[in-house]
Amino acid sequence: MDVRSRNNVRVIGPQDGRVVMLAHGFGCDQNLWRLVAPVLAQEFRVVLFDYVGSGRSDLAAWSEERYATLDGYAADVLDICRDLDLRDLVFVGHSVSAMVGVMSAAREPGRFAGLVLLVPSPRYVDDEGYRGGFSAEDIDELLASLEANYLGWSATMAPLIMGNPDRPELGEELTNSFCRTDPNIARAFARATFLSDSRADLAGVQVPTLILDCAEDMIAPREVGAYVHQAITGSRLVTLAATGHCPQLSAPDATAAAIAAFTRESM
Amino acid sequence: MTAKDHPEEPEFAALLEDSPVDLYENAPCGYVSTLMDGRIVKINQTLLTWLGRARDEVVGRMRFADLLTVGGKLYHETHFAPLLRMQGEIGGIALELRTAAGGRLPVLVTSKVRVGPDGRPLLIRSTVFDGGDRRAYEIELLRAREEAETARALADRAREAAQAERRRLQDVLATLRRSLVPPALPDVPGLEAVAHYHTASPDDLGGDFYDLYPLGDGRWGFFLGDVSGHGPGAAAVASLARYTLRASAMHDPDPTSLLAILNTAMYDRQVDEETYYCTVIAGMLTRTGDGFAVTFAGGGHPSPILLRAGGGADYLPTTGGVLIGLLPEAPSVTVHAELRPGDTLLFYTDGLIEARTADGSGDDGRYGDQALLAFAGRIAPATPAAAIAAMTGLLEELGEGVDDDTALLALGVAPDPDAPTRA
Repeated sequence: MDVRSRNNVRVIGPQDGRVVMLAHGFGCDQNLWRLVAPVLAQEFRVVLFDYVGSGRSDLAAWSEERYATLDGYAADVLDICRDLDLRDLVFVGHSVSAMVGVMSAAREPGRFAGLVLLVPSPRYVDDEGYRGGFSAEDIDELLASLEANYLGWSATMAPLIMGNPDRPELGEELTNSFCRTDPNIARAFARATFLSDSRADLAGVQVPTLILDCAEDMIAPREVGAYVHQAITGSRLVTLAATGHCPQLSAPDATAAAIAAFTRESM
Repeated sequence: MTAKDHPEEPEFAALLEDSPVDLYENAPCGYVSTLMDGRIVKINQTLLTWLGRARDEVVGRMRFADLLTVGGKLYHETHFAPLLRMQGEIGGIALELRTAAGGRLPVLVTSKVRVGPDGRPLLIRSTVFDGGDRRAYEIELLRAREEAETARALADRAREAAQAERRRLQDVLATLRRSLVPPALPDVPGLEAVAHYHTASPDDLGGDFYDLYPLGDGRWGFFLGDVSGHGPGAAAVASLARYTLRASAMHDPDPTSLLAILNTAMYDRQVDEETYYCTVIAGMLTRTGDGFAVTFAGGGHPSPILLRAGGGADYLPTTGGVLIGLLPEAPSVTVHAELRPGDTLLFYTDGLIEARTADGSGDDGRYGDQALLAFAGRIAPATPAAAIAAMTGLLEELGEGVDDDTALLALGVAPDPDAPTRA
């Protein structure tokens, strides 16, 4: 299966526009960008995708080894960049995808014109001299919640829905489909996300970087946003007047405007 | 229904004229309403009681996520809240509430976004059901599944280990088995010699053995035998037999003497070990013009079959010889024969004649020596190679019925090219 089908890649907006790649985080899929993508697509060439294992990606391409750490997710990003021959792109990573963007740009810096880190956190679990906001037990509780809620995922339906992006009618009518994930895959992604430590990668960021955090976000609190800002030389920090961890849903206009302004500057 | 319908039961009226406020406050489930950012603006008494909190602690001060455990908050922020935003509703989500006393309360939450006339989302209404029993049941199911997975993983590992151990044992057995027969038969001028060892099971050892070796002065020695029983013990005795015969033949190649020496060696070894004995034919070949004179002695071993150049087959009986190693003395029976061009002499161990027939025919359901003789008669005349090929085919046909190892040794003289062949 080619990369476009594997990662359910969707490209919208003007062909000659500056490329803006929107990367979803842990939990749901590219639908999270549904309020932001159409706004950006008026001006830019917007690339949307699902990580392998999420959304309508090809589940057969998932392996525990590859996706046990964030390297596997960065490999997905770079696979898509190569396949679509994307250059001078602005990468927008939500939540854990912010760090995936940092890792991708470190590997192939030539492709990236800028990074937008939307509610990033380089490490979720507290460490000596660092407050990520969570303990290892909290992460176990999250894993238990994943076990308790399958959100419309069913082993019998999954083969029909996944990897069949050409037939949206198969899945859309089902509730909770945007966060539907094989429980084993969700567990692996949760571990890769919440047990990662990308603090050391921040100093290596060479491209213009915009950090967007929210006024109130329990997953990526403001002090974590400030930490990322301080660790990336020359970065800019903007705090959105939004609550929660998904400003692209709760404050889509402000989020889209901030991304658009940064993208224009990077041209 | 009104009180009028049941005038005789006036208490119905009081029951049914419940106030909406009371219905809300003391419903059998929790109600909570929040703004879109999660701030709690209304909560019923049932839920407050469950939480162990006063209304003014909660309303306007806490967000819905603040009622959850930390792991639950993570789940709420990464799954619940975005799905609710995208779908406008979400149902039956298992979460845990954190009570004021620090306890945990498993609940099932269903939420719906209330939209204003302009289509803008205004607030989120949620119902909260006690999910304690349901969660306990699910946890039991999950635990059972985890146990099953663990058991399966353990079983897989045990099976892999057993398979590896079996392969290792088979390697050891194959090495032992090879020590009972020569790696290849020597080239004897004027004689064609072909052997075959049929292994009944790679997991067991039969005690079959054979050899063909030079004695000097144009003479050759050979033997073929079978130790009673199976397994490493039988194989060790077979190895003893093989090397005793080989070493003794260097001093005195006479077949009768060889069997006597072997009998003594095996009988002396029996003292306090499991009793092993064997059947053997030992022989000697001497070149005579265009053929060989063959002398052999049999100790309790099935008689060889002579496949004649002119067709037909006969036993060369060694009946009367006794088993080797069982008694202090073992009288053997000696046979003299001539191998003429086109003749083939076939030695075999009893795995072949003792094989169970698929249809239960033969001697007591065993293939038997009469069937073997008839088979040999049908294939004669045959070169040793052709005879062994036919016998190997027969063993394959008998298949699983051959439950003991079988050794075959065929000695023959090439047919006279001028001799008339049988049609």
